Amino acid sequence: MYQYDDYDRKIISDRVTQFRNQTERYLAGELTEEQFLPLRLQNGLYIQRLAPMLRVNVPYGMLSARQLRKLAHIARHYDKGYCHVSTRQNIQFNWPELEEVPDILAELAEVEMHATQSSGNCIRNVTSDQFAGVSSDEIVDPRPYCEIIRQWSSFHPEFAFLPRKFKIAVTGAASDRAAVQVHDIGLEVVKNQAGDIGFRVLVGGGLGRTPVIGSLINEFLPEQHLLSYLEAILRVYNQFGRRDNKYKARIKILVKAMGAEAFAAKVNAEFEHLRDGAITLTAEEVARVARFFPQPSYVSVDESAVESSVQQLAEQNPAFGKWLKRNVRAHKQAGYAAVTLSLKPTGVAPGDVTDAQLDAIADLAESFSFGEVRTTHEQNIVLADVRKDQLFDLWQAAKKQGFATPNIGTLTDLICCPGGDFCSLANAKSIPIAEAIQRQFDNLDYLYDLGDLDLNISGCMNACGHHHVGHIGILGVDKKGQEFYQVQLGGNAGSDAALGSVLGPAFTADVMPQIIQTLIDVYVAKRVEGERFIDTYRRIGIAPFKEQVYAQAD
Amino acid sequence: MPKLIKDFEIVEDNWQVLGLDGCEASIDVPAGNVIVPLAVWQAQKDQLQARAQTLGVWLNSDQMAEELGDDATQLALVAVYFPGFMDGRGFSTARLLRERYGFSGELRAFGDIFRDQLFFLKRCGFNSFSMPEGTDLEKNLASLQDFSETYQAACDQPLPLFRRRS
Ligand code: SF4
Repeated sequence: MYQYDDYDRKIISDRVTQFRNQTERYLAGELTEEQFLPLRLQNGLYIQRLAPMLRVNVPYGMLSARQLRKLAHIARHYDKGYCHVSTRQNIQFNWPELEEVPDILAELAEVEMHATQSSGNCIRNVTSDQFAGVSSDEIVDPRPYCEIIRQWSSFHPEFAFLPRKFKIAVTGAASDRAAVQVHDIGLEVVKNQAGDIGFRVLVGGGLGRTPVIGSLINEFLPEQHLLSYLEAILRVYNQFGRRDNKYKARIKILVKAMGAEAFAAKVNAEFEHLRDGAITLTAEEVARVARFFPQPSYVSVDESAVESSVQQLAEQNPAFGKWLKRNVRAHKQAGYAAVTLSLKPTGVAPGDVTDAQLDAIADLAESFSFGEVRTTHEQNIVLADVRKDQLFDLWQAAKKQGFATPNIGTLTDLICCPGGDFCSLANAKSIPIAEAIQRQFDNLDYLYDLGDLDLNISGCMNACGHHHVGHIGILGVDKKGQEFYQVQLGGNAGSDAALGSVLGPAFTADVMPQIIQTLIDVYVAKRVEGERFIDTYRRIGIAPFKEQVYAQAD
Repeated sequence: MPKLIKDFEIVEDNWQVLGLDGCEASIDVPAGNVIVPLAVWQAQKDQLQARAQTLGVWLNSDQMAEELGDDATQLALVAVYFPGFMDGRGFSTARLLRERYGFSGELRAFGDIFRDQLFFLKRCGFNSFSMPEGTDLEKNLASLQDFSETYQAACDQPLPLFRRRS
């Protein structure tokens, strides 16, 4: 993964010093609450319902064992012994003391991490595909471009006070696992017929109050123009994005108001000025950054021999077999597999990990996957390069730590924001709903029979739980001070992204497991061979689900 | 006379800003160093051009650099107003005035700006900063140097770090 040089270290350490000074001035009353707000947000610090929340960037999801141990230390020393993997691949601490945040940032800087721009009206942490570099459907490894974007966007002087937050996601695979269609900018790294690398550029996607699928504004942006083109988009947005109403300030509203074509024309006009300027990428720079993402030193493995011994073990240990089926994924390298550690056992808030578990993940990474892991936007952890002949050992070790719940991609591997238990913006709690649903579907064979199903829960319209793009989406709403839950069906986050449709009036918390059960029953009754929930939904529409759910409610 | 930060020093502000609370485009522009609203410049350009060396124009945050455009090079000073410190349009305006329209005179940020924005403002091409009343300018000076290295190309450093890394 990327390693800092003296320049990177200097910049991050200057930042720590700057924030220490800002915090001191705030505590001394020299900075007003309003002035300190954007400063602390741009260093990841929210003031939450119960305490501050510190969001630490995990650039495009990559973490080393050393960084994991540092996060464990921070959880232990400055927090209550756990942290949370967010739906944007970041790590959140829920109980830091404001006075100690500069120290935490200094500790993070020691392991080349930061919380820069993890919040606030600026360019946020760039996210990517958790299987980057190891997936067989990959066209180009997106990580070098993610790092190039990280550096360009960090402390960008022109774009620190945008109309609103700004999120960029990059994928390099045929099948989109980074949800690029629902980001302010989505980039797909592609190759043209001549074999040159470039980007398909989508703009104006997003969830939140007004969910929108992004518009394609450039079919093929040649690699070297990446930063000038991004700068052009951001400049147009900075100048013309609405600032009078924070609910209309995201770039998606601007793109909609202007029309995608007119917006693209404006970006192109700006780009023509910037084109071939100093920020044009050089082949040397792309190569320099790419060198940090080499192919690991894979050993050659007798694929068929390993395959048969793994199968044999699976027959002897059905539980291992289940895990293999759900949590282990094909790899582009013969003899290797990518393994997802589930952070969704029933009874634990989805995405939460303890300090001891973080240390354990670091150990697993070192023993089984070249010392690195990735966080996922589904709030799990991936060991990307596991030798197949070590899968059984890994499974046993993961089981001990509670990471082997064989539910990846199923209904209980749900995405869930922190909701009303932690978040001051929430309309309703989300974690207890997640748990109640997990309990309702605790039979693994049944769960497997239901197959791939994305269930996403957000505690309010801000949609951190990506409810619009869940096959089943749940949104917490507030009606006269009471918590209700609205259900949406038919969303999807992949390459064929779609936004869910509202089923009907919202429900109270206590009936939610039963409502989900009814939806699943309709699916099971109506599905034809091989159909996933989303396929059945697309074929039969929302009406049969609606009828059944509200007929029972009456 | 009020003071401001200019070219890394604290100096007297010997300019007068006209029309902050609104004025007619046809207003009589007084003698001396005056910063007039864009509309006044546009309406009276023919007369004002003769005294452009004692004339500045100020842009509101919703007035884009291109509205002044090449005229900027005739002026001694261009000022960009920040109605609130969260309104970041002026950062783009400044870069465009410097990088696209070739303005090399005094580029002033004024209005609701504060210390922790100075480094970015400077990078975007501002070289003078008229801070809100009561600001401790001595302390603020230090923040012009909050970072000793930067990734991006901007007005103070035309090359991005990747073209300078050794
Ligand atoms: S969706 Fe709402 S409740 Fe959930 S974390 Fe985001 S802001 Fe908080």
